[in-house]
Amino acid sequence: MTPSRLRLEGVGKSFGDLTAVQDLSLELAVGESLALLGPSGCGKSTVLAIAAGLLAPDAGRVLLDGEPLTAAGKLGFMPQRDLLLPWRRLIDNLILGPELQGVPPAAAREQARELLPLFGLAGFEDAWPAQLSGGMRQRAALLRTVLAGHDTLLLDEPFGALDALTRLGLQDWLAAMRERFGWTLLTVTHSPEEAVYLADRVLVLSPRPARPAARIDIDLPRPRVPALRADPAFGQQVGRVLTALGLT
Amino acid sequence: MSGPPGTPHPPFGVAFVFSGTGLGQAPLRMPGANDRCTGAIAMPPSPSARRAAVSAALPPVIAVLALVALWSLLAAGQPPIVLPGPVRVLQAAIASWSSLRPAIAVTLLETALGLALALALAVPLAMALAGLPPLRRALQPLLVASQTVQVLAVAPLLVMWFGFGLTPKVLVVALACFFPLAISLADGLAGVDRAYLDLFASLGARPPQTWRLLRLPAALPAFFSGLKIAVTYGIVSATIGEWVGGSQGLGLYMLRSRNALRIDQVFAGMLVTTLLSMALYGAAVAAERRAMPWRRAS
Ligand SMILES: Nc1ncnc2c1ncn2[C@@H]1O[C@H](COP(=O)(O)OP(=O)(O)OP(=O)(O)O)[C@@H](O)[C@H]1O
Ligand SMILES: [Mg+2]
Repeated sequence: MTPSRLRLEGVGKSFGDLTAVQDLSLELAVGESLALLGPSGCGKSTVLAIAAGLLAPDAGRVLLDGEPLTAAGKLGFMPQRDLLLPWRRLIDNLILGPELQGVPPAAAREQARELLPLFGLAGFEDAWPAQLSGGMRQRAALLRTVLAGHDTLLLDEPFGALDALTRLGLQDWLAAMRERFGWTLLTVTHSPEEAVYLADRVLVLSPRPARPAARIDIDLPRPRVPALRADPAFGQQVGRVLTALGLT
Repeated sequence: MSGPPGTPHPPFGVAFVFSGTGLGQAPLRMPGANDRCTGAIAMPPSPSARRAAVSAALPPVIAVLALVALWSLLAAGQPPIVLPGPVRVLQAAIASWSSLRPAIAVTLLETALGLALALALAVPLAMALAGLPPLRRALQPLLVASQTVQVLAVAPLLVMWFGFGLTPKVLVVALACFFPLAISLADGLAGVDRAYLDLFASLGARPPQTWRLLRLPAALPAFFSGLKIAVTYGIVSATIGEWVGGSQGLGLYMLRSRNALRIDQVFAGMLVTTLLSMALYGAAVAAERRAMPWRRAS
């Protein structure tokens, strides 16, 4: 059995009277990709913030590599909002993680530049965030998360603001990166197709408070390749997820 | 902005993986964004830009001219000892320039020193207030109280304690400027969006890094709104300090002029005070624009 990277055990979280998450358990094995799917406002971002060590749960516990998670900064985390710093040019936003870890900015910029074309950001490295489109800002936020250098990534709707074509392209990129570097992924998404394409397992959450409503193993070959999207088997898996969501 | 060649190998040599997905979009060039960094010679303003500048400057110019016209009208029926007209005030300023000029220098020096003192006290205090919420709760009422203290009442006391020299005026200016600086900066530092603090935590930032790279730059807009208010208080506070106990400066110039019933010179002193305050405000705006170039981008 592959060792566990991240484990949430009976986690609960309330904001005042509002219970956002209740008795939620999930397990993420090393190298695994799990998608969290659920209605808006059900508590997905809250689950991710707890898993990132940014929010302390009221109940239950979080284990990282078998040890209780005590501090943030141990996992890659892409928040739902892009949170680019308005006073930093794009390239300097991208290198925020390495810079905070003590990498000389010039070297970090060099690394970031190589990935600009892939993320559709070439030619914009000296632009201010306010000069970027919403989709560009989101791609920049993903690239910033990737460049922080963790091999476990918590992604909160990483492609939510993108047009369909760019979105598929970046799904392909993420799927390939995962194969190449053995990344462990926990991805929040609103899209059943995206969940099926990116994940080995899909965890469907109930409306608030978030509780596991269905766990679906995605029975598709890896690596995921674009041709898979046209495969009837892909549609079948999407159908299973839609059924779990009560949409068929 | 470009790094030197020969920097370490990238962690993700990914480019080849995707050389066929069609994802790499044609590099779109954004006019302006990069050109600014190339040091290209600035183009002369286009006719439309000039027209925009003119139409932006027009309303305030009209307002000032209307005010001067109203002033002339009101002054026309009055003896100059009651209300001198604009021309007469201007003549008085030129005639007494030899005493006005050193007065301006003194008042400016007092204002600059007072502002510097206020800044030197306000910045660390604001950081302490923002970093330690209990301290903020403890000191906020005292800070508000410090603002409600009447400069006019305190100034003579300061003169009594510190003599007729520079010190009491500098202290009056500092007292007036301190509050807007400290409160606005503390608000800016404490008001940083939780989500950004979480982002920094998730990137493993240590507290000094979060201060330097997040809190301080995020508080710049609030700091400059405080600074713009503070500088408008500065000159006026210095002249009040001089008025109640000074041996030089614009306040004393106005006091002496009033005692000599040279009301035209009193007006000249007021005019100069106003112009200096506006110049300081303009300098604060210019510093603000310089410190936050990204604001011009949007
Ligand atoms: N800091 C907070 N204070 C108070 N309430 C909060 C806070 N964070 C989240 N909530 C509430 O918790 C619930 C779940 O929020 P959360 O952001 O986790 O939902 P979500 O599933 O990510 O939604 P979406 O799909 O729209 O992003 C919401 O009702 C929200 O109002
Ligand atoms: Mg969310």
